[in-house]
Amino acid sequence: MSDDNGSGGPETDLVPAAVEPEIDRAAERRQARRERLRLLYRSPAFVIGTLIVAFWIFCGLFADVIARYDPLDPVRLADGSILGARLPPSSEAWFGTDQIGRDVYSRVIWGSRSVLLTAPSAAILAVIMGTLLGLVTGFYRGIVDDVISRIIEGFLSIPVILLALLAATTLGTSRVVIITVIAVLFTPVVTRTIRAAVIAEAELDYVTSARLRGEGGFFIMTREIYPNITGTVVVELTVRLGYAIFTVATLAFLGIASGDVTTPDWGVDINQTFVLIQSNQWWPTVFPALAIAALVIAVNLVADTIDRVNKA
Amino acid sequence: MGRFILRRLALSLVTLFILIVIVFLLTGVFPSDPARTIAGPFASEETYQLIRDRIGSDDPMFTQFGRLLVDTATFDFGVSYELDTPVRGLIIPALGRSALLVAFALAMTIPISIAAGVYAARKKDTLIDRSIVTVGVSSAAIPEFVSGIMLQYFVGIRLGWFPAIADAPDGSSLLTQLNYLMLPALAILLVYFGYIARVARAGSIEAIEADYTRTAYMKGLSNRKVVSGHILRNSLQPTVAVIGTQIGYLFGGLVALEVLFNYKGLGNLILGAAQKQDLAILQAGIITVAIIFMIATLAADITIAWMNPRARLDIKG
Repeated sequence: MSDDNGSGGPETDLVPAAVEPEIDRAAERRQARRERLRLLYRSPAFVIGTLIVAFWIFCGLFADVIARYDPLDPVRLADGSILGARLPPSSEAWFGTDQIGRDVYSRVIWGSRSVLLTAPSAAILAVIMGTLLGLVTGFYRGIVDDVISRIIEGFLSIPVILLALLAATTLGTSRVVIITVIAVLFTPVVTRTIRAAVIAEAELDYVTSARLRGEGGFFIMTREIYPNITGTVVVELTVRLGYAIFTVATLAFLGIASGDVTTPDWGVDINQTFVLIQSNQWWPTVFPALAIAALVIAVNLVADTIDRVNKA
Repeated sequence: MGRFILRRLALSLVTLFILIVIVFLLTGVFPSDPARTIAGPFASEETYQLIRDRIGSDDPMFTQFGRLLVDTATFDFGVSYELDTPVRGLIIPALGRSALLVAFALAMTIPISIAAGVYAARKKDTLIDRSIVTVGVSSAAIPEFVSGIMLQYFVGIRLGWFPAIADAPDGSSLLTQLNYLMLPALAILLVYFGYIARVARAGSIEAIEADYTRTAYMKGLSNRKVVSGHILRNSLQPTVAVIGTQIGYLFGGLVALEVLFNYKGLGNLILGAAQKQDLAILQAGIITVAIIFMIATLAADITIAWMNPRARLDIKG
């Protein structure tokens, strides 16, 4: 490839005047983005949501500093004695101890790691696959689109949890399997959203003129349409992240999680302790449940605000 | 209308067929050996082969797939290899119990959500509107079992208002059973309130701002007549569609709620089958939920067509 004058190709021979509107458009787009970010920062829901998510990421990253005790072993006091099992919240164990004497507070802090590894990976993977499929089906339409749309409807006619249970039964419950299964099961709904956005864009004049210029399908999809649907993609990503946390937590509660039952995980811990509620020992269950609630509400507040700003 | 229903039914059957293909591929293609699972690690080669013969593991793929289709069409899923009882005999009573819970939950959820959505639309952009929307978004985001835990502890144990488990003693009257089902039903309400209220609100705002509503007011119709005859009739169409899809999805959250509240419904049956790797029950349970989804969405579309003649003309793919 020749690189005599940077960008190469015949376009560089054009008069500068033809380049100017291009620059203006980029500047305009930056301006619009700044405007939208300002709207976001001024929304209390977005700020609160982001702070809570940041708090959990911080807990996940620095769990060894923030946690008070080893999450895997019964709480040992300074004098070496064991505190005891199923003790209510106290100054030694802020959130009490669980059925085998481990510190619930430390397990909640460590438990953030598990969900923050699995859920975002699944959401990102689903959005990548769904965006690719959505671009192809929305742009080319035709028979491939028809077939894929029917398959999507098949997937959407059953709750994700049930297909995930089936998949986990046949494929096992390693972290990679759980991430892949959730990603695959989320792909249809992402595809449907992106496809709709692509169809709306493909009818606009700039796509027609790109076609008339003789641009290839790949170029039009990636360079012309994609930049105009990034808002939708970002919204999908945040919305799917919320659902991914929802799904990962529910599956863990049903006993489908990577690692064994001793690994700190909010859903697994609830699975192991929820029967204790009946005997009024609420703390090993209610604290991880509050953690899940805080995280999903936060992600949804962020997603909801981004969605509204994107539509504005 | 008859033609509409037929075409809509054909589409549903195609979707159901594809779902059965997905279920079959998930259970059939991947390297799992149900016969080995049933036989257990210590079974003799003879026993293992006997089980393989009985469940037809050696049959060609197409025969096995055909069998699943016939099973679905006749709603007879053979015998559970694990429990050695007919699958249908397990599914139907469990489904009945789940249906009672779902019906009870919907009987509370649908009127409350629609009322809240329409009310929010009429008070658009006020504090009460923002609160309904925010509460809806937040409560819909929380997994059923998490809100279930909060209800179980705070309302069931702490306040003692309702039983903390859903399993009513045998021979209880319907009223007693519903009392036992109150907390899981409230957990369902918390999740679906947000979805339904939101759609009802959006639909109502559109209808309130529409020309025909303005005309109706200017004709001098009473507020009550405009709301029931003009706004609700139009705003409820998307709401009905959402309710139709959500009824099927409800069964996903039901698995966790039935475990939490110790209720022997379809969700508990499906989870037990997954844990015991009982693929016959697992497949049958999932296909049952898909059939429920099919019937619910079909019913919703027919309702919409009845509410709005224009919907009968175009059929969305």
